[in-house]
Amino acid sequence: MTTFLTGWGRTAPTPATLARPRSVEHLSELVAAAAGGRGVVARGLGRSYGDAAQNAGGLVLDCTGLDTWTQDEASGLVTASGGVSLHDLMTALVPRGWFVPVSPGTRHVTVGGAIAADVHGKNHHRDSSFGAHVRSLTLVTADGTVRTLHPGDPLFRATVGGMGLTGVIAEATFACVPVETALMRVDVQRTADLDETLATMEATDDRYRYTVAWIDLLAQGSRMGRSVLTRGDHLPRDDGKESPAFAPGASLRAPAWVPGGLLNRVSVRAFNEVWYRKAPRRKTIVQGIAPFFHPLDFVEGWNRVYGPRGFVQYQFVVPFGAEDTLRDIVGSLSAHGTVSFLTVLKRFGPGSGGLLSFPMPGWTLALDIPVGQRGLDGLLRGFDRRVADVGGRVYLAKDSRLRADMMAAMYPELERWRRIKDEADPAGLFRSDLARRLRL
Amino acid sequence: MKNALGAVDTVLLLGGRSEIGLEIVKLLVGLGASRVVLAARGDLAPPALSAEFHVLPFDALDVNGHGAVFDKAVELVGDLDVVISGFGVLGSQADYDADPAAAARDVAVNYGAHVSVGLHAARVLREQGHGTLVMLSSVAGARVRKSNFVYGSAKAGLDGFAQGLGDALHGSGARVLIVRPGFVIGRMTKGLTPAPLSSTPRQVASATVRALREGASSVWVPRALGPIFAVMRLLPRALWRRMPR
Ligand SMILES: Cc1cc2nc3c(=O)[nH]c(=O)nc-3n(C[C@H](O)[C@H](O)[C@H](O)COP(=O)(O)OP(=O)(O)OC[C@H]3O[C@@H](n4cnc5c(N)ncnc54)[C@H](O)[C@@H]3O)c2cc1C
Repeated sequence: MTTFLTGWGRTAPTPATLARPRSVEHLSELVAAAAGGRGVVARGLGRSYGDAAQNAGGLVLDCTGLDTWTQDEASGLVTASGGVSLHDLMTALVPRGWFVPVSPGTRHVTVGGAIAADVHGKNHHRDSSFGAHVRSLTLVTADGTVRTLHPGDPLFRATVGGMGLTGVIAEATFACVPVETALMRVDVQRTADLDETLATMEATDDRYRYTVAWIDLLAQGSRMGRSVLTRGDHLPRDDGKESPAFAPGASLRAPAWVPGGLLNRVSVRAFNEVWYRKAPRRKTIVQGIAPFFHPLDFVEGWNRVYGPRGFVQYQFVVPFGAEDTLRDIVGSLSAHGTVSFLTVLKRFGPGSGGLLSFPMPGWTLALDIPVGQRGLDGLLRGFDRRVADVGGRVYLAKDSRLRADMMAAMYPELERWRRIKDEADPAGLFRSDLARRLRL
Repeated sequence: MKNALGAVDTVLLLGGRSEIGLEIVKLLVGLGASRVVLAARGDLAPPALSAEFHVLPFDALDVNGHGAVFDKAVELVGDLDVVISGFGVLGSQADYDADPAAAARDVAVNYGAHVSVGLHAARVLREQGHGTLVMLSSVAGARVRKSNFVYGSAKAGLDGFAQGLGDALHGSGARVLIVRPGFVIGRMTKGLTPAPLSSTPRQVASATVRALREGASSVWVPRALGPIFAVMRLLPRALWRRMPR
């Protein structure tokens, strides 16, 4: 079946033949049969923003049919097929007293997608990224064979963060974290400007498992970088509130079609003002897992709100010590009046060892920007350069516009990754639009 | 691959000396295109731009060789994001009247060769599932005038072909962009007096690049020519015949 696919940002659709493997054997057959064509790539729930899970003119394997999993009661280790969603896992695990080791800002991602992008959460400064918790995985490689890989294997390190280009992750075993309730104790705090935001995060994030700052990007001058900080931990049972159930709640649905230009400078500024004002100067609250981790999941299909032309997410990391670059970029964005509905700042701890993994110790900023703002391409290209100059990088799972010539500077292990990829996939069967664009 | 903001990476220009074609290439390189193939007759020095340039021999009239040019281009740069069918010749109507064989040859370049190139491009782009073929049409083909009807009729054919091809490719991910400039002041029109609403190769190129970004299927340069020609096409022939040129 030929289908036009896009990422979550809904930009640059391309057609591909979509197949849905029913089992690992079927998956192997599909991969082996794809030789000689336009290549193949796995797709999970399509939550990467750009073209990572697209393959123009080729084959895309929708892995969401591979959805079985088990948990070892004693160790908590979960063994799940690549297509299992974190949503399904959480729904079942939280009442049993377990939580996934790392959750991105949406639950609607698959285990395969979480490993391929080596996703991070608000706990990166403490717990690193998803790949760091994987004990083993099975990979269907280009010749259709199923290989079992462990953290020391070169192919394992090329697969974690490898954006699906080494093979299809059929199954993975990973550690989970014990939780006593389905609630979070959250400290909310408002900061007056970027310096206060950075200083507060630096001073306090070792006290919380999860930390994130929402930045009001349209605030200028002395208020530039003012933020709402949320820092939290799983609520222990002895805090009195007992709530074993995980109740993400019903979701609203965004309208099927939304005109372009809805999110403009005026509407976003108004929203930001309200959001900032609404936050208490400082307060501790108790929240459910869903509103704390996945506020966006409450509106199904919210990506349509950006209008028919879609949007791009720009997420980069700069190492600690490069705060000036971060300040410069936030300053340029504020001055340029860039409309970003969601601007999120986090601190990263050590990486997971994935050769193309995004996280590295430093500050990471993520912005959602509707397509169509004048001068956007040039502005972001300038940021790419500044980020690369200080040894930082752009996140491939969010990317839809980076140029190939930036890759080597941003990902110093690229050549090593390529050698491992070429060995496992000599004909270059695993390919995606992202891989073509960035010449991976 | 075209990115989310419409910038492209690879370009194939057929008619590597075309002024308009080279202007389009320049602009695309400025916006990030990094690998360009120039296909042209004879030797050609690539422009001094910060991109990887390849030069391939290409003769519009050697239609049997067109397929190999595409295959070679793909071998050199991978998927083709933009293919510009940019070659063409403009002879005077008086010369054509005197030498019908020359007229037929030029029509073969201005129309027949584009058909061949267009079909090869369609094959490659359809298989890729993405990419845009840019065809340089002209207002001369929007309604043919007696002062240059040989050239105009070839452009009319090309325009019709490009429209049909665009429709045929609909749903494949590949597309056609038809560019319809008015009088272009440049090498090809040296010695002729510019018509009203004329443009430069640079202006044609920037309109083309904008249209590429927006994913448009046709663009008039300048834009005002669109509505003007919508009216021109309706003029009674008796009146059209008497138009100044
Ligand atoms: C609202 C929102 C918030 C987000 N927040 C975060 C965040 O906080 N942190 C973060 O790190 N990311 C975040 N993301 C990005 C998201 O976590 C990643 O893009 C993730 O990879 C999506 O998983 P998916 O299953 O949808 O994969 P897809 O988007 O379908 O695919 C992503 C990549 O994984 C590969 N892949 C998928 N399945 C497999 C498999 N079985 N085997 C091999 N490769 C496979 C694909 O080939 C592709 O390269 C967010 C995304 C959204 C929409």
